[in-house]
Amino acid sequence: MSAIVAERLVRQFKAVRAVDGIDLEVADGEIYGFLGPNGAGKSTTVHMLTTLLPPTEGRAVVGGFDVLADGPKVRETIGAALQEAALDPFLTGRDHVRLQASLHGLSRDERKTRGDELLERVGLTQAADRKVRTYSGGMKRRLDLALALLHRPSILFLDEPTTGLDPQSRNALWVEVARLAKEDGVTVFLTTQYLEEADVLADRVGIIDRGRIVAEGTPSALKAEIGRPTVQITPREAGDRQRILDALDRFGLPVEGKPGCVAARLDHGYDLVDVVRALDAEGVPIDHLELDAPSLDDVFLAKTGHRLEGQGDEPELEPEPAERVGA
Amino acid sequence: MTTLRQIAVLGRRAFMRSIRQPGQLAFALVFPLFFLFVIASGLDRASALPGFPADSYVDFMFAIPFVHGALFTALNSAIELGRDIDTGFLNRLALTPARGVAIMLGNLAGGVALVLIQFAIYFVGGTLLGADFHAGLLGIPVLFALAAMGALAIGAVSMMVALRTGSPEAVQGIFPLFFVALFLSSMNMPRNLIQTDWFRWIATLNPVSYLIEGLRSLVVVGWNLQALATGFAITSACVAVSLYFSAGAFRARLTRT
Repeated sequence: MSAIVAERLVRQFKAVRAVDGIDLEVADGEIYGFLGPNGAGKSTTVHMLTTLLPPTEGRAVVGGFDVLADGPKVRETIGAALQEAALDPFLTGRDHVRLQASLHGLSRDERKTRGDELLERVGLTQAADRKVRTYSGGMKRRLDLALALLHRPSILFLDEPTTGLDPQSRNALWVEVARLAKEDGVTVFLTTQYLEEADVLADRVGIIDRGRIVAEGTPSALKAEIGRPTVQITPREAGDRQRILDALDRFGLPVEGKPGCVAARLDHGYDLVDVVRALDAEGVPIDHLELDAPSLDDVFLAKTGHRLEGQGDEPELEPEPAERVGA
Repeated sequence: MTTLRQIAVLGRRAFMRSIRQPGQLAFALVFPLFFLFVIASGLDRASALPGFPADSYVDFMFAIPFVHGALFTALNSAIELGRDIDTGFLNRLALTPARGVAIMLGNLAGGVALVLIQFAIYFVGGTLLGADFHAGLLGIPVLFALAAMGALAIGAVSMMVALRTGSPEAVQGIFPLFFVALFLSSMNMPRNLIQTDWFRWIATLNPVSYLIEGLRSLVVVGWNLQALATGFAITSACVAVSLYFSAGAFRARLTRT
């Protein structure tokens, strides 16, 4: 059975279609990476799948329950750590655990046992009685994760869980998320704008741009689809760029390169040696030459025409109260 | 888990959060008593006016710290709700099985629990300043209950602003309106002694006057059932109306399915 199914899911805010007909299916126990730039519709999708926002059109089934018809049952099934760990700075970590466990109806004993177990798992036992305002960004994220897991959900939504974290905290969170899926069989729906995160963690990746899924598959399949490596050449003289482009013309299509580089995606049958020979034959001096294997960013570029990394910081659209259903 | 239990859990959280902000708490405790002290000592001779209903101005003003405390604490609760919306904490609560009514009333319950403690301090402070509470021991819970109703009414109105705007700053912005409403009431002078027609007219229309007069009656008269009944009736109506509109704002804000 699929843990998450979305069919033609749409969310419209006035004239803006933040999510524009998404179809996706996430298998039980899978880590699904939802990759896209800021403002692509990732968080809006998560809000719909977690019942926080009703879809304008389409339907979604999470844990076997329809998000519109069975909201409370969906919420019993899922755990969620939404963008920006939403914690009360004046409560301690343990207060948060107690509050959330109580609202989930855990018994007093269970609250203590489960709370202590999760605080230990995320490495917050020592800091559990400190107010959250003294926590670092990584500690807040780990507490957020622990809170999402309190009631033993079978599906976990993580909305950009590592944004703003240092590499060490990011790695620690990756390890825990991977462990959850592998050992506990938790299905993880993870949104991210980090290519590396999707590459390392996700079994499958959905790439979203401007509210639509533009590509979906395992990271390796998506990269294989692009298939061809890119040659990046740094000219010794800036005036030689056109000569290099001309020389590369027969090997493949020119693409946007790294700063100062001339780049081309090599067609099948060509490799670095061919390029070096051609440049040598043309007598074009170069400073540096390298061959890049395709990355998810290349996949993103190929599918959308622009790169994911270095996208603007346009925020996700959040509904105004007047726009919400029931307003 | 019952709705009442959820309200209690969320009320506890609201209470804990408030008492861990000593700066905010100190202002809500000190200002009302300071105001009582300054006003009562500065205007004591007003009690010599013909027809003045109290033996001393301290007696007459004794109820005001309760209204001030209700105002500050209720506003602070709504500001915290605005912060919860702003930071996404409300979404965290929305993802739990907590019922909407529990999330809404839990916040108010925490504020009311806090304000009841403040009332006890105002009562002791006012008594130390020389106020004579005529209603006796039985009057104390009635005084607290009516003032707590006032806190609920102010809290529900402020909560509606928080829910509509999702902004703690917007809630702070309505503070002057409440303060003006307080001054344009019978706070400083009985309505029958207000000489300016328009002021008396506004004070008569102002529901805050009836809250104050109900509270004041317990201090200066003892048991004036008419003043108490009017105070409770008008304040309850304000609570009902403001909760009705807050509930609408809450449904609009919390769009979970």
